[in-house]
Amino acid sequence: MSEKRFMKGNEAIAEAAVRGGCRFFAGYPITPQNEIPEYLSWRLPEVGGAFVQGESEIASVNMVYGAAAMGTRAMTSSSGPGISLKAEGISYLAAAGLPALIVNISRGGPGLGSIQPAQSDYLQATKALGHGGFHAMVFAPNSAQEAVDIIYDAWEYAERDRNPVMVLMDGCLGNIMEEVELPPMKELNDEDVPYWSLSRRNGRDFQGNITPIYTEAILEGVNIMAGEMYKDWQENDVKVEEFMVDDAEYVIVAYGIASRVSKEAVLTLRSEGFKVGLIRPITLFPFPKKSIRNLDYNRVKGIIDVEMTIPAQMREDIELQVMERCPVYEYGRSGGVLLDDDGVLEAVRDFMTGGTDNA
Amino acid sequence: MPEYKRSNMIADKPSGYCPGCLHSLATRLISDVICELGQEDNSLNVISVGCSALNILYWGGDFLSVAHGRAPAAATGVKRTNPERLVFAYQGDGDLAAIGLAEIMSAANRGENFTVIFANNQTYGMTGGQMAPTTLIGQKTTTTVYGRDPATTGYPLKMCELISQLEAPRFVARYALNTPKGVREARAGIKKAFETQMKGEGFTFVELLTNCPTNWKLSPLDTLEYMNTNTIPYFKPGVYKDVTTKEAE
Repeated sequence: MSEKRFMKGNEAIAEAAVRGGCRFFAGYPITPQNEIPEYLSWRLPEVGGAFVQGESEIASVNMVYGAAAMGTRAMTSSSGPGISLKAEGISYLAAAGLPALIVNISRGGPGLGSIQPAQSDYLQATKALGHGGFHAMVFAPNSAQEAVDIIYDAWEYAERDRNPVMVLMDGCLGNIMEEVELPPMKELNDEDVPYWSLSRRNGRDFQGNITPIYTEAILEGVNIMAGEMYKDWQENDVKVEEFMVDDAEYVIVAYGIASRVSKEAVLTLRSEGFKVGLIRPITLFPFPKKSIRNLDYNRVKGIIDVEMTIPAQMREDIELQVMERCPVYEYGRSGGVLLDDDGVLEAVRDFMTGGTDNA
Repeated sequence: MPEYKRSNMIADKPSGYCPGCLHSLATRLISDVICELGQEDNSLNVISVGCSALNILYWGGDFLSVAHGRAPAAATGVKRTNPERLVFAYQGDGDLAAIGLAEIMSAANRGENFTVIFANNQTYGMTGGQMAPTTLIGQKTTTTVYGRDPATTGYPLKMCELISQLEAPRFVARYALNTPKGVREARAGIKKAFETQMKGEGFTFVELLTNCPTNWKLSPLDTLEYMNTNTIPYFKPGVYKDVTTKEAE
């Protein structure tokens, strides 16, 4: 049975995880994601799961590594500084072929940065979640409802690929309250415990092992298979929203909270007669390359990358698809200072009326 | 009479350890106890990083290989989700007492119901003999070429003494593997730790004093005497804490 509730983004994430089958969480306190561990500390025991407040982000992600190896749907959450500490464990998850969900409710950076919302971790999430040259699917929902829907199915991707999945949101989306429709609880039984796991609940009667270290010939094979998997993602798993793009002369590209402010700007500018559209990546990795590459550049006069971080981090991914067929502009606020409608509107108007490529 | 044959939990191939290394003996003792307790299929070895990681090559039971120092964290995730399993981590001194100090102390303090077996040979064997947190004062290593100087490197960490100060641990003991007596006592200590875990009583910690002929630059036989004259006087064997349920005599 699905049900409607009015929930804070972080709490909606936590409840969606439980309904998606999560039975283990370990994490370390950090703002602005604290409602996730707080909620799961009482919610997981209600459904027979386990919650551990780790001594650090490093320990927490390694607890998740242990639980995931047993075939348990496991997750951790943090914010930028903590995700840096989890980088070690995320790399090991990828190496060992272990599914897990990592949630980043991001804030201003670098360093301790600020505790206010910012989209400062795009490059970390999409290019290098840890050492060794691997990727995870990175989802960037822009509402509590979309976060619920993505997290509910996060382990379907993670178990399919035997790879960690990241959900990247910012402190705004983690802390706003919105109506959400919660899906029914997934019922997972012993026979659903993955065959490769070290659990014996699935009836396995032979020795099993899981390791993040290989001999060189096997590791090269592991690397090649990962590369093929990333290509499959690009073909099959891209999620993107295109809004009023068909006749657009200027296209904003924005994800997460920035896409919500940008959509308001598109509607306002349309009411003024400007042909503006929005491309919203929902998966940041795989990046929706085709949506940008296949625009009609006889019509499109400019692309505007709007992000709540300075300098813009998605810009190079956009430029690789634009291939210098039109100017690419960027606009953002940073450090925990929020984007607002007027700022985005003013910037877009400026670019449309003689602005120059501000690379 | 004990049977002198390869233990059931160890694959039928040559050991990856250097000649005379007591890691082999420690691994064998663990294997013997698991077999004696009938836990071959139920046991799970959380393998750490360092020479201990060579167990990946020939441990015959279920195992999970994990990051440097993080075995007690990974074992927490294993045991919390599968409490019926006999879970143990096998860690060396660099892994446990340096990079993994937070993980071991925190898991011990939470009273996690698994066993940590700590092989203490006072050096980083796998990386070529650098100073470990347990390297003795004056001991020469590749990063303390004139001998460990406490003025700049502090003192060897006594993990049994530290962990036995915590409330939660149930059994904390140290044994030296350089004599038959020490080996027999170590085997009994490992068995007691595993039985305590199987009763669900809580955290158990067994430290095994081992050697490193290669990096100590001594013959295997000389390492055993070195342990008598240098290691054991500083790291005193004994039961440091025992609040386990006593078997009815």
